[in-house]
Amino acid sequence: MWCERCKQRPATVHITQVVNNHKTESHLCVTCAQESGVAPGKELGFLFEPNFSFHNLLTSLMESEFGPQSALSPYQAGIERCSTCGLTFTDFRQIGLLGCGDCYQAFGRFLGPLFRRVHGHISHTGKVPKRTGGKVRIKKEIEELRRKLQEAIAREAYEEAARLRDEIRAKEEKLK
Amino acid sequence: MDLRKKIKELLPGWLEGPAPEGDVVMSSRIRLARNLQGYPFPHQADGKALETVVEKVKNALKRTTFTLKRLDDMGQSDRLLLVEQYLVSPDLLKNPSHRGVMVNPEQTVAIMLNEEDHMRIQSILPGLALQEAWEEANRTDDLVEAELDYAFTEKAGYLTTCPTNVGTGLRASVMLHLPALQMVGQVKKVLSVLSNVGLSVRGIYGEGTEAAGNLYQISNQVTLGLTEEEIIGKIVSVTKQVMDQERSAREALLGKDSRLQLEDRVHRAYGILSEARLITSEEALKLWDHVLLGVKLGLISGVTVEQVNELFFLIRPAILQHLIGSDLPPHERDYYRAEVIRNHLKTKRG
Ligand SMILES: [Zn+2]
Ligand SMILES: [Zn+2]
Repeated sequence: MWCERCKQRPATVHITQVVNNHKTESHLCVTCAQESGVAPGKELGFLFEPNFSFHNLLTSLMESEFGPQSALSPYQAGIERCSTCGLTFTDFRQIGLLGCGDCYQAFGRFLGPLFRRVHGHISHTGKVPKRTGGKVRIKKEIEELRRKLQEAIAREAYEEAARLRDEIRAKEEKLK
Repeated sequence: MDLRKKIKELLPGWLEGPAPEGDVVMSSRIRLARNLQGYPFPHQADGKALETVVEKVKNALKRTTFTLKRLDDMGQSDRLLLVEQYLVSPDLLKNPSHRGVMVNPEQTVAIMLNEEDHMRIQSILPGLALQEAWEEANRTDDLVEAELDYAFTEKAGYLTTCPTNVGTGLRASVMLHLPALQMVGQVKKVLSVLSNVGLSVRGIYGEGTEAAGNLYQISNQVTLGLTEEEIIGKIVSVTKQVMDQERSAREALLGKDSRLQLEDRVHRAYGILSEARLITSEEALKLWDHVLLGVKLGLISGVTVEQVNELFFLIRPAILQHLIGSDLPPHERDYYRAEVIRNHLKTKRG
């Protein structure tokens, strides 16, 4: 049996993995096993993290979600690009890695279905960082206040508008 | 230098301390993936951005007891030592520039810098202590977060380089020693049941069919849409079920039909492990597995479980090399390995 990653050396490391009732077997040569982190060190392999197999899972899910790589329309392949880090959707499909935090926005419409396949969910329910998470909340509140401010100005309710302006300023101060 | 003292220095610090349910659970590990806002993820970042990440995290923790070890500042054998002590992943070594790890003095928490994500906060403890490991990792996360902005959105949670980690960024895992389930031929059946609950189980084996050392790792696959407590609770409850089954398998093996065979097997393993003059790490791990079972079941006396657990690390090449203090070609390694094992097993303790 040949290594399924490099297809150049005999497979001597065999990994069985079961996720959601789905059994996958990987057969790798020692070099590829080491490179993918399932067999560190020169001699005995021992496990650090099951990254490799999840990554495989991701690649196969992308095949089934978006079709084979070659089937991508030129639009998807070329133009779909994260403006912050420059990663294209094609790059992402090839390496299975995103390039920066803004990629989540740029490729959002592809990632949603992928999240559902990998995690069974699309929304985070766990820990929220106090700083970044707090800012997200404050920004949302400011947006809401600005909307109210426009309304107040339209109604010529100037006292209310002044009060809203102070509130916005106070919140913006918190963001600094 | 006193060998015993040297061994203590080389064994990972996290190995010390009590190991709850240590007869089955070897270790518990929590990993949190985190990235800093405003910087490309490591594989897209240039040296300058990577270095900024290292400096920022270092500064964020400057009032704590964490110290930074840069891979650039050490030789390859010292890097491999960190891998064998479970403080960094082999992936981190691929490109050592601007990579490093921040470790606390107890070595129970390690923050890998610029691996797949800017930060991988790991907490590892002996035995079944997933909740405690989570609390430690969480506290460390709070320390960094008090100083730095993370890449985070309310909807997707912590943004990670690989979408399989997004949300909590949490990978929780336990390493289990399941020799009896393997001997009674139940290990596959027991472990395949776990997949129904979204967990992943892995055993690694070389040639043949057995997982090396009969060690298995259970970890969560899902990181998004569950809270950290939910993920950990699931793994703990599943681990307890597997623990019960392994223990009943051990009971069964001690029954009159198989006891003699079991005794023969563990003592043969002990005989070779404690007397061999040349031994590879592969053979040592195979024998280690049986000896550990023998000691846990009280069939082998005069050796403690801790002593045998320590051997798991001492047989590994980089640790061995540090112990001997020189670069060893593989055949000499096998000689010194056998010697270290012999001495270690003969040291009476407990
Ligand atoms: Zn290969
Ligand atoms: Zn990007």
